[in-house]
Amino acid sequence: MSAMLLIEQALNGLQYGVMLFLMAAGLTLVFGVMGLINLAHGSLYMVGAFACAGVAAVTGNFWLGLAASLAAAAAAGAIVELTVIRRLYARDHLDQVLATFALILVFSEGTRWLFGSFPLYLDIPAALAGPITLPGGIEYPLYRLVLIGIGLAVAAGLFWLIGATRLGVRIRAGEADREMIAALGVDISRLYTIVFALGAALAGLAGALVGALQSVQVGMGEPVLILAFVVIVIGGIGSIKGALVGAILVGLTDTLGRFLLPVAFGTFLPPSEATSIGAALASMLIYILMAGVLVIRPGGLFGRA
Amino acid sequence: MNATKTLLAAAAALVTAGAALAEPIKVGMITTLSGGGASLGIDTRDGFMLAVQQAANPDLTVVIEDDQRKPDVAVQLADKLIQSEKVDVLTGIVWSNLAMAVVPAATAQGKFYLSTNAAPSALAGKGCNPNYFSVSYQNDNLHEAAGAYAATAGITKAFIMAPNYPAGKDSLTGFKRFYEGEVVGEVYTKLGQTDYAGEIAQIRASGADGVFIFLPGGMGISFVKQYADSGVGLPLIGPAFSFDQSIIQAMGDSAVGVLNGANWSPDLDNAANAAFVQAFSAEYGRLPSVYASYGYDTANLLLSAMGTADISDPDAFRAALKAADFDSVRGDFAFGPSNHPVQDLYVREVVRDGDILTNRIVGTAMEDRGNAYEGECKM
Repeated sequence: MSAMLLIEQALNGLQYGVMLFLMAAGLTLVFGVMGLINLAHGSLYMVGAFACAGVAAVTGNFWLGLAASLAAAAAAGAIVELTVIRRLYARDHLDQVLATFALILVFSEGTRWLFGSFPLYLDIPAALAGPITLPGGIEYPLYRLVLIGIGLAVAAGLFWLIGATRLGVRIRAGEADREMIAALGVDISRLYTIVFALGAALAGLAGALVGALQSVQVGMGEPVLILAFVVIVIGGIGSIKGALVGAILVGLTDTLGRFLLPVAFGTFLPPSEATSIGAALASMLIYILMAGVLVIRPGGLFGRA
Repeated sequence: MNATKTLLAAAAALVTAGAALAEPIKVGMITTLSGGGASLGIDTRDGFMLAVQQAANPDLTVVIEDDQRKPDVAVQLADKLIQSEKVDVLTGIVWSNLAMAVVPAATAQGKFYLSTNAAPSALAGKGCNPNYFSVSYQNDNLHEAAGAYAATAGITKAFIMAPNYPAGKDSLTGFKRFYEGEVVGEVYTKLGQTDYAGEIAQIRASGADGVFIFLPGGMGISFVKQYADSGVGLPLIGPAFSFDQSIIQAMGDSAVGVLNGANWSPDLDNAANAAFVQAFSAEYGRLPSVYASYGYDTANLLLSAMGTADISDPDAFRAALKAADFDSVRGDFAFGPSNHPVQDLYVREVVRDGDILTNRIVGTAMEDRGNAYEGECKM
């Protein structure tokens, strides 16, 4: 095992984490501001990927597809908020879980009805295809580097939005006391629609960007959703900073664990047992991380304990 | 003129009467039609129903149910089909864990089960049953084909990879059974994993000269796209599941040149196969997958048995199934002692043919291959 391989794996972990952040940011905003558990967040990720694949297939242009994914996911988010989610704010979490689980089924079968059961094709744009050589001689896919860049740029944009704009002030105020800001004359229901659509657009963006690397198929959002929940629990529910730190922690832990654990077990176990036990433990690692964080800080790293 | 008409009418009446005398058969098909993996079940169903349509046998009725890829749902459906629909034959299950939940119970109740895909080792060895027939293969077969051929394809130092679940472990065992080269890396990935950057980095560092993967469905699509983009460029080989008709379109040109072990291919040269590929494409507007071919063969096997025996006499019907007197799209087809096929195994290559990607046979990996578990089957 060389230092190069370790650096490459760390980059992989960072890229994975940054993509998880795009999912987790929307989820944590919606939970923090509106107190809503949205299981259908993964469906919005799927909507983004399908919109991108569909538009890219027709126009032959990935970037148009990317724009379409943002628009489609934001629109789907706004429509869902206006028709379904709005009725759930006052109800308890179990009702929200039930209703948004139903939305997963509606989105999945609706997508299947529109696009069919077979996975769609979505490729990396030609300009970004293939590996480049980094200083130190590491060959690394250019597209993954671009993903890291986009993810960090979105994170910076979100911090600015929340911390330095009027909308951000309202979002933070809504998080602290929704009755009070309604009494101060802020249209709280419009604010909620905007926040929900923003979260949806981020999920759609993640779906489209990751869709180019993966399989665009019905049900692709749910595995990511589970990880996104782990991320916001680690980071502290409602905190964007927590989502970023949590996502990168999860990404690094998962990628490096998968790589290092079998190697570590291989030092004292026969190879086939080492790979199998190492792989099994690696898939539990992020949950162990989550449990560890919760023991030390029950509210998450940046949560209000 | 009138006399002729009367005669014809009488003959027609006789034919109908004759048909009505034969024992009707009701088939219950349990397969995955929704959720992840639905494309496999849809192809199974479409292949099966194509043969049923072509035969237009009024004595055969088929009830189709969706198992949603959930073992508990499959068990409920099997109970319902057996208890209230009173089916004689069950078929259609795609996944081995679902088959293990349904098949032993169904055969214990005296029903026939014809497998269109899943054929776990437990049902080929100790758990074999005279009423259980696998028309497709035994699970290890396509991995064995890849392993037997890998050295021929110049892969002498293989990096092998599969998801960490029973079928994944069976896959790597199957590959190694006939592989003559050296295994330089063996990795189990998470089931359902979508990002393989970490594994690809390990492949690059391993010094391998070829890669064997068993990553069914979306996992394979993700891996192949990321692998192509990484520029590692070593030859890739796997079982047909990972590179079948229903998924290579989603991989695009990343998949071109990938080798895969199979027992069927759209270009397999025999009359039954040419007719099948043509009819399937005309009916459904897409090329058939291996799953569609297994569905089609299963229906034709059943129809051939119906032609010579009545289901009310299970022993005769079992013997008629075992005779496998039908034109398989795989060419030669026979059942071995444990009711699993004895068949030729091939290696295919993914090629671009105009606008679409498809598979073409590049060589024969093994001839008349049965399976590794026959010795354990006592029946």
